[in-house]
Amino acid sequence: MENNFLLTYLIFIPLIGSLLILLIKKDNSSLIKNLGLFFSLIAFIISLVIYFSFDSNNSDFQFIHKFKWIEVINVYYFIGIDGISLLLILLTTFITPLTLISSWSSIEHKVKEFTFFMLVLETGMLGVFASLDLFLFYIFWEAMLIPMYFIIGIWGGTERIYAAIKFFLYTMLGSLLMLVAIIWLAVYAGSITGGFTTDFTELIKIAPSIARDLQIWMFLAFALSFAIKVPVFPFHTWLPDAHVQAPTAGSVILAGVLLKMGTYGLLRFNLPLFPDATLLIAPYISILAVIGIIYGALVAMVQTDMKKLVAYSSVSHLGFVVLGIFAVTTESIQGAVIQMVNHGLSTGALFLLVGVIYERTHTREIAEYGGIAKVVPFFSFALLFASLSSIGLPGLNGFIGEFLILLGSFKSGVLNSWWFTVFAASGVIFAAVYLLWMYQRVVFGELKNPKLEKLTDMNSREIFVLVPIFIFVVWIGIYPSTFLNLSEKATKKVINQVNNPVNFYKNSGNQ
Amino acid sequence: MRELIYLTVALPLLGFLINGIFGNRIKNEKVIGLIGSSTIGISFIVTLLAFFETLSLPTDQRQLIVSLFTWLKVGGLDVSFAYQVDQLSLVMALIVTGVGFIIHVYSIGYMHGDKSFWRFFAYLNLFIFAMMNLILADNFVLLFLGWEGVGLCSYLLIGFWYDRRFEKSTTADAAKKAFIVNRIGDFGFLLGMFLIFLTFGSLNFNEVFSRANTFSVSTATYGFIALFLFIGATGKSAQIPLYVWLPDAMAGPTPVSALIHAATMVTAGVYMVARCSIIFASAPDIMMVVAIIGIMTSFFAATIGLVQNDIKKVLAYSTVSQLGYMFLAMGVGAFGAGIFHVMTHAFFKALLFLGAGSVIHAMHEEQDIQKYGGLKRYMPHTAITFLIAALAISGIPPLSGFFSKDEILWYSYSNFGIIFWLAGVITALMTAFYMFRLYFLTFEGKERFGHNKHPHESPKVMTVPLIVLAVLSVIGGFIGIPEVFSGEHGNQFHNWLSPIFADAERKIMQFGFHTHFAEILLMVISVLVAVASIFFARYVYLKSPIIAENFSKRFAGLHKTLWNKYYVDEFYDAVIVNPIVVVSKNVFWKFTDGKIIDGLNHFIANLLDSLGASLRKFQNGIAQFYALIMVFGIAITLFWIIMSF
Repeated sequence: MENNFLLTYLIFIPLIGSLLILLIKKDNSSLIKNLGLFFSLIAFIISLVIYFSFDSNNSDFQFIHKFKWIEVINVYYFIGIDGISLLLILLTTFITPLTLISSWSSIEHKVKEFTFFMLVLETGMLGVFASLDLFLFYIFWEAMLIPMYFIIGIWGGTERIYAAIKFFLYTMLGSLLMLVAIIWLAVYAGSITGGFTTDFTELIKIAPSIARDLQIWMFLAFALSFAIKVPVFPFHTWLPDAHVQAPTAGSVILAGVLLKMGTYGLLRFNLPLFPDATLLIAPYISILAVIGIIYGALVAMVQTDMKKLVAYSSVSHLGFVVLGIFAVTTESIQGAVIQMVNHGLSTGALFLLVGVIYERTHTREIAEYGGIAKVVPFFSFALLFASLSSIGLPGLNGFIGEFLILLGSFKSGVLNSWWFTVFAASGVIFAAVYLLWMYQRVVFGELKNPKLEKLTDMNSREIFVLVPIFIFVVWIGIYPSTFLNLSEKATKKVINQVNNPVNFYKNSGNQ
Repeated sequence: MRELIYLTVALPLLGFLINGIFGNRIKNEKVIGLIGSSTIGISFIVTLLAFFETLSLPTDQRQLIVSLFTWLKVGGLDVSFAYQVDQLSLVMALIVTGVGFIIHVYSIGYMHGDKSFWRFFAYLNLFIFAMMNLILADNFVLLFLGWEGVGLCSYLLIGFWYDRRFEKSTTADAAKKAFIVNRIGDFGFLLGMFLIFLTFGSLNFNEVFSRANTFSVSTATYGFIALFLFIGATGKSAQIPLYVWLPDAMAGPTPVSALIHAATMVTAGVYMVARCSIIFASAPDIMMVVAIIGIMTSFFAATIGLVQNDIKKVLAYSTVSQLGYMFLAMGVGAFGAGIFHVMTHAFFKALLFLGAGSVIHAMHEEQDIQKYGGLKRYMPHTAITFLIAALAISGIPPLSGFFSKDEILWYSYSNFGIIFWLAGVITALMTAFYMFRLYFLTFEGKERFGHNKHPHESPKVMTVPLIVLAVLSVIGGFIGIPEVFSGEHGNQFHNWLSPIFADAERKIMQFGFHTHFAEILLMVISVLVAVASIFFARYVYLKSPIIAENFSKRFAGLHKTLWNKYYVDEFYDAVIVNPIVVVSKNVFWKFTDGKIIDGLNHFIANLLDSLGASLRKFQNGIAQFYALIMVFGIAITLFWIIMSF
């Protein structure tokens, strides 16, 4: 097959940008900002080109670029995308420039380093979504930790070191087990085909033939790594700390893209590689997902810090995604994929808005606010809109994802019980409780705090960041086909891989 | 015009967008009001033309589906933005756009001078948009879009004056309560949809309902579907146990109470049950549940209404009570009668609320009826129209309420027996009593307000809508004159709707045979009861007010219980809300997250830390110490080697 370089350009353009920025004098912060934005926009444009030339009727990986990278262990530089990864790549290239614009004035010191890390981070994220070699995937997965660690650790709040280390250790712990599993798989593949390989498209033919007991261990090693990233209850406590301490741009990227790497990993690797284990473990992971939905929502409800509230709401929302993935129906997985995008948009918007108000008042305590609708009408409207999107109001994006996930999990033969859906659907109630309660305490009521009287409404830059997000919020809500069609073939393929795994090597493996 | 029915959805949306985006800059109330009202007015005309066009068609061609574009097509699910014109949706659409238009016009006067005039009209248009989606949807998911959409508008409009106080808390609190309680109902509705999809493999009305006729589905499954859907209806239509939000919804401006919390939105649950009549008819146990919940809600809400002093609160409980009647109708299988009551109720309840608004306006926001009295002199138009509405809701012939209410009572008797009828009649007695208590205390008798109040009749833009609604309240019932009077043509309203409910009615057990004599006898009894009740109210509140006072002193406990609405809000707070908050905060957040999970993390971290610290002591940099260790090491190794020989 002929190599297509477009995806490689996309992944490495931000990295090139970041290296260029290193050459600029750090006093020249406006040039640095503009250059950073420029490169992230180039990446966005390339991703659009990819989107328009993507064939959504083809279920195979597209835009493949493959060459031998590390001869001795037979590792390839192998990238390519299907509809699921394309959606997440678009989300990444869409969110990154917006976060750069949003931090135009909130990041004042070490602008050069900040922009550098943001661009490196983008390369890492894009690499994760495009890698088709597990070794390469692992490298991107780990590499992306480093810039995020610094973004939290340098530009974060007062507890930033604690949060950054917690974030780092949690993720490392999981990924080391994944590394062991990857090596094991590669060796296993070698024992069957005679050649050590980490090529995903090869492994997918081999791994399903692993005996179920072993599959379970492999599954767990991968799943732990991804579950920490999502995060699935009870691995979630790093998230509120990381979010609260991270600067706005960090929170937006964290919620918008990074968490999806966990759910993406589950969907991309766990399901097709270990189908037998998936069918067995799905109900148990779904129980954790449902606990996460309710637990995250209830804990979000009692938060006094806005950012922490939104952080816990992520635990709840991503519980839906995990439930959708492990219900293994077309409806639920399609819902999960679109919900990943939705969560990126609506939670991203919520973090941006918290950032907007924090920049003015330097407090995130809900109790400090009240009655600001009068002084900042635009902000109030935007916060309501983002909240409604997150609540899952029909007509906006959140509903599409939640509805499909719940509908699919209800009819799921894998879960085979109503109770998952019944409990998960109660999360729909709690989402309204915690967001509207916060909204009421912040925006409505009488304006009592005299400091708030001089609050200025959103400026045009801040509005400019939110408008594109809101356009997609409505677009997905009203005409989701644009996005659902992209991932449909890929979703069906995954489901087919789980239900009818290719048992190519079953016999040869037993010889 | 039938093909253009989507205009009735699109125009309100357009009005919302114009006023919502530019309203702040338009500033001119007349222009904003004109945009807001005309979009609804045109929608009404479109609906009316579609209605006459449908009327001229033979029965089997009356249903039309106008499909705009695909919304959700995933796996087996395939739903569109598609609008359905049929007998039921047209009736509802006429009510919503018609009454909606009248209330929009009234609002131009009522909201005059409000700093957020434009926002009010934007929300009101958005509400009509959502409501039309709810009514015209040809599938459950689009209905749900409207269903949640009206909930949102309700939220926005209850909290419209977001910085005002309302009772013990704020309007924002009331708004939030409405949205959340509705969401509890929506939870049930969602499950109902999922089970329908699982059972019938579709969420489009036509497919589901035709499959309900052909598929063999167990009664238990039907029971669950009907129960889930009904939970949704109890939220939206304020039935036990989820009615608690509606009285608080009165925190919103009065036209909102009239339009959303009386005439239209709250009847959405009734509409939904009627739409799914075939499913409910297939689940007789749940039909019984619906009837019992309906009559209980109706009864208890009426008892609360007897003692309230806030004019809007009385009307609010009266609405809950009347909605209970509608569910009674649904439960006993009188779907047509229920929808008929939806219509007549929309007329007279909207009129009552708008009349109340006119009074509140005149009395400078005073809402306590004990501080009114003798207002008829100052505002005759309001008084006379209010009186008409009060007579209509009390079921005095030949006003509209009489026909619809009596039909429900009659079906209750003939399908479910005397108990249901009796409970209905007692409720009607209480209804007549509290409505006339309200009327007499407000418009008749001595003036009980201070000299600082200067009541006056409202402007024409408000009184003309009152008069129009009064006319409708009087004549609205004539389209549904029961067979016993109209003879061979039968009940016109029923004939119109009968194709919609034909399948359901076939499934329900045959009605017992009763004579016309019985029907007329029961009718006469209920009318006499209502009339007696009105005269009793007149005697108590005009002639000798001391009776009421003595009564409330004598039965102080009962009075206090009713006054405090049976302490249901307090009960919910103590048993549900507070425990959830406390457990979430202390058990989940502080303990599970803080102590257990993070405690474990920190424990491991500290363990490694102290392990490192103790190992570190060996690396103290003193060469003699290293030498000593070395000697020990050699000694041990030697010892071990020797021992192993």
